[in-house]
Amino acid sequence: MSAVVETSNLSKRYRETLAVNALTLTVQEGEIFGFLGPNGAGKTTTILMLLGLTEPTSGQVAVCGFNPTRESLEVKRRVGYLPENPGFYDDISAKENLLYMARLNRIPEDQARRRTADVLEQVGLADDGRRLVKEYSRGMKQRLGIAEVLVKNPTAIILDEPTLGIDPDGAIRILEIIKNLNRQQGLTVMLSSHQLQQVQEICSRVGIIVKGKLIVQGQMDELGKSILKGRQWNFLLEVRGMADGLERDLQSIAGVDEIEKRPLGWFLRCTSDVRPEVVDTVRRRGLQLLQLRSEDPTLEEIYLKYFREA
Amino acid sequence: MSVVFWKELADHFSSRRFMILLILIVFSGLWAAYATGQEIRENTETVPSQYAFLLLLTSSGETLFSLATFLGFFGPLVGITLGFDSISGEYARGTLSRVLSQPIYRDSFINGKFFAGLATVAVLWGSILLLVIGLGTTILGFPPNNEEIWRMLIFTMVGIFYVGFWLALAMLFSLLFQKTVTAALASMAVWLFLSLFVTIVSAGIAGLIVPDATSPEALARRADIENVIDRISPTTLFSESVGILLNPAARVFGFALQSQAEGILPTPLALNQSLNLIWPHITTMFALVAVCFGISYIIFMRAEIRA
Repeated sequence: MSAVVETSNLSKRYRETLAVNALTLTVQEGEIFGFLGPNGAGKTTTILMLLGLTEPTSGQVAVCGFNPTRESLEVKRRVGYLPENPGFYDDISAKENLLYMARLNRIPEDQARRRTADVLEQVGLADDGRRLVKEYSRGMKQRLGIAEVLVKNPTAIILDEPTLGIDPDGAIRILEIIKNLNRQQGLTVMLSSHQLQQVQEICSRVGIIVKGKLIVQGQMDELGKSILKGRQWNFLLEVRGMADGLERDLQSIAGVDEIEKRPLGWFLRCTSDVRPEVVDTVRRRGLQLLQLRSEDPTLEEIYLKYFREA
Repeated sequence: MSVVFWKELADHFSSRRFMILLILIVFSGLWAAYATGQEIRENTETVPSQYAFLLLLTSSGETLFSLATFLGFFGPLVGITLGFDSISGEYARGTLSRVLSQPIYRDSFINGKFFAGLATVAVLWGSILLLVIGLGTTILGFPPNNEEIWRMLIFTMVGIFYVGFWLALAMLFSLLFQKTVTAALASMAVWLFLSLFVTIVSAGIAGLIVPDATSPEALARRADIENVIDRISPTTLFSESVGILLNPAARVFGFALQSQAEGILPTPLALNQSLNLIWPHITTMFALVAVCFGISYIIFMRAEIRA
């Protein structure tokens, strides 16, 4: 396994703001890498730098072993890129759009025709290839976009928010296509998104970027542990009775870090196992304990937490 | 580059906008040529028949303007129409980042667009001249001579440079302003300024520099200053060079003092002599195109392409 995308200390500055801040990230061959972060976190800027569409202020990038700023053609020959909200030439058919891209890639005409038909088939648009793009729905356009990055037969594809603005059904369909491409053709995929729950199933690894900084990268199950080192005790507490003042009491227990009110009870983030003390406190106040459940942090929680801090 | 070129060319030729321009230009061109053709036919005595075809292009006859004037006025509009949305349009449609993430050099993208525009202009211009020649042969009853054909060919070249300037300018604006409408308005503003207001400005400045123009020398000096300022505008460059090119008898720009004109034989100039006269004009026009296109080039090469 070798790295398809490798950046080290990559930064991009726009006048006052640092859009991307010392980003070090690796995407391995054959994986689906989810690049997650809130809007404006620097995802698109990073992707643009990977493709040589904008120049980094400092730091190194290598994509397929090439420098995108100086050898952008080599990179673009190997990597397909689907921008957020991709546009097409509206008044020509989907097929002709794809053929134009194939020609720009210098694929011989007869091969291009075959390839075009193939990729339309792969994204389920085989029957709509002759229609004008302006008749396409948003979801279809997105799938056409995926077809188009496949035309050049890439070794890796970079998709910027591929599920943005698409209904859940359409989004699942697109993710399915991406998963199949990865499984069947061994295509390396890097996709950016702000919707963790949508993409977490298909990603083998994710990186979370907030305010231009990569907070964490790793496999999904490892992420929680690495990010919540030292505070991996989470409990849900539910009691019956008048609970006035209980929150203050709980706060005073050594090891309780944070208390969050939930519709039924409280959510406690702790630095150690404080269950005995919590049970004691509840009993002392004369309340009935309904449940005290350990809750492993889900990635979703980690993600939301960082979003809130951002 | 050729891929972009052919795609753009196909786009131009199939666009409605181009159809409208074509109809407008061809009809007005034909009308002007026909009207002057009829006039030449009726007054065979007064017309130097040696260059009748050039006269078709330059004489205004009963119509408001000659074909050459008309093309000088309309050419910029064609250039602007072909260029004002070339980059901003792709940007607005969201196709720019997709095209530029294909393995092509960025320069081949704008080169392709620019040369496709130029080719379109060449086709337009060439077809008008061919129509005029055809119509003229029918009306006058004889074909153009060699010299006339050469002069018309060079006229076409000059015309392409001229419209090329407006095309390059419109492309530059379409790159600078990411909104198509802004680019179109900016190009129009420059066009209006350079073709209408520059003469007012130059007259004003000349009047300031030479306030008292009573003697012939002072008058001549004022006219010189006006000329120099006017020549910033490609419109002036175009109309001056066309005036010399399509009228072999002409040998000075603007007016000349009696002492200067004295002793000049009223014979037509040979083609190379006419060319000598307008060579600076052609070079300047070419340079203007190159500068405009060069600026777009530099901006575009380093621009960030965000979807």
